[in-house]
Amino acid sequence: MKLIIAIIKPFKLEEVKEALSEIGIEGMTVTEVKGFGRQKGHTEIYRGSEYTVDFLPKVKLEIVVPDELVAKTAEAIVKSAKTGKIGDGKVFVVPVEEAIRIRTDERGEAAV
Amino acid sequence: MKSRSAKTLRTILAAAAGVSLFSLPAWAEEAAPLTVDSGNNAWLMTSTALVLFMTLPGLALFYGGLVRSKNVLSVLAQCLGIAGLVTLLWWGVGYSLAFGSSFGSGLVGGTEFMTLKGVAGVPNPTYSATIPHATFSMFQLMFAIITPALIVGAVAERMKFSAVMLFVGLWMLIVYFPMAHMVWGSNGFMNGWSADSTIKAIDFAGGTVVHMASGWSALVLCLMIGPRVGFGKEKLAPHSMVLCMVGTGMLWVGWYGFNAGSALAADGLASLAFMNTTLAAATAAFVWGMLEKMLRGHASILGFCSGVVGGLVVITPAAAFVSTSGAVIIGVFAAVVPYFAVTWLKAKLKYDDALDAFGVHGVGGTLGALLTGILASKEANPALTDMVDRGGLWLEQVKAMGVTIVVAVVGTLLIGLLVKAIVGLRPTSEVERQGLDISEHGEEGYML
Repeated sequence: MKLIIAIIKPFKLEEVKEALSEIGIEGMTVTEVKGFGRQKGHTEIYRGSEYTVDFLPKVKLEIVVPDELVAKTAEAIVKSAKTGKIGDGKVFVVPVEEAIRIRTDERGEAAV
Repeated sequence: MKSRSAKTLRTILAAAAGVSLFSLPAWAEEAAPLTVDSGNNAWLMTSTALVLFMTLPGLALFYGGLVRSKNVLSVLAQCLGIAGLVTLLWWGVGYSLAFGSSFGSGLVGGTEFMTLKGVAGVPNPTYSATIPHATFSMFQLMFAIITPALIVGAVAERMKFSAVMLFVGLWMLIVYFPMAHMVWGSNGFMNGWSADSTIKAIDFAGGTVVHMASGWSALVLCLMIGPRVGFGKEKLAPHSMVLCMVGTGMLWVGWYGFNAGSALAADGLASLAFMNTTLAAATAAFVWGMLEKMLRGHASILGFCSGVVGGLVVITPAAAFVSTSGAVIIGVFAAVVPYFAVTWLKAKLKYDDALDAFGVHGVGGTLGALLTGILASKEANPALTDMVDRGGLWLEQVKAMGVTIVVAVVGTLLIGLLVKAIVGLRPTSEVERQGLDISEHGEEGYML
């Protein structure tokens, strides 16, 4: 089992969700987040005062999948979230020790 | 405009004829004493402010509450931009094209009042012998501001600001000013009060010019621009029914200026319009809410608000022409017909009229124009005696409706294509997803 964390551009969320449904992903958690990577922030001017925008709005997806689906899932996210411009985001894959479905007490991949 | 203008016109002409017996010069008409009635002027200035209040912030909040939070400012900006742009156009050419007469045409006015030249404290007897010309012109300006702002509802959340401004500017010149002249101009060809008009239709406060013209244009524009990203797949629900309700209340209050002010005097006609406006709005709000409760299980705030606006729209052309029972009947129709337009017709035809500008204003305005022809009562308003006795008023109304629809649809189609070619109608889908507030206006509605 792996946890896939993807940080993407907010307007790409629908496309990514659809791409994931197509490969059979049945659940995900989505959070609105702010941050920056190599894209960094930029400066803006409002009413004459200049300020730096350090943190840009992004969407974070968290999906737990069985090992054999990891490559396929990551590929689907990368493909559907790509614009080719800076700021497209990142995908991280981390191991998951255990999963429990609260309602039924199921454990492991059965709970995902 | 309205019954009053014809009456005052007759009075002035009669007075002029009387004076000329004493062999005064031929322009004795101008010498007829025109005194400002302070009561009338006070009410009309109040009404003028009330009608502006309908747009800023009434309609802006009504629409603003109905969009998603990322687009709330775009609606406010569009309403503010329209208020500025239309006022400048009105000053330059608009008032003259609508209420001038130097072209001698029933379709469009003239050049004599351009830059509001000579429009000041002295009344213009053609339209209002007892209130200053300046008050009359400003009162009419507020109608010109709210009309294009109504269209914004159909294309909300997905039209570029530059496209909205360009569209509205051209739409005023090609659709609104001519329409206002046709229906309200002293020699307008659809002004039933003018002896030489072709179509003897009546419109008390703007059912055709304001609501039909904006509503049908809204339908055409929303078909041209296409549905919002995510339409039919995602929930595009309103972000604040509280703002929407606040805006609705302001619209209702402001509408007293719109309807009762259209009597152009603080007289009995104004009171009749005031009463009928109340009856229709309250009836429609109640009926819409109950319909929802019976058919869907919930009487929603959006339902009540839509009922209020529907009732106000449909009573507008009939406000001082029908009896109180007529107003209640109008209120019932004003809920039932638009209710099915926005729940059934819109779903059936699958167009994305985001905030129901067509469903409420287009359908309601058309319904109002027709019901005015059927329910107009000489007992309620004796000035209607000739028209009602002549019969066939509803047929004249249908003709006026036909002309209005053609002008609005063809005008909007041409302007829409032009705007699309010059600046494009829509932002990129990235911008649309992000919301128009940040990208088009550089601000956010809510900082939490």
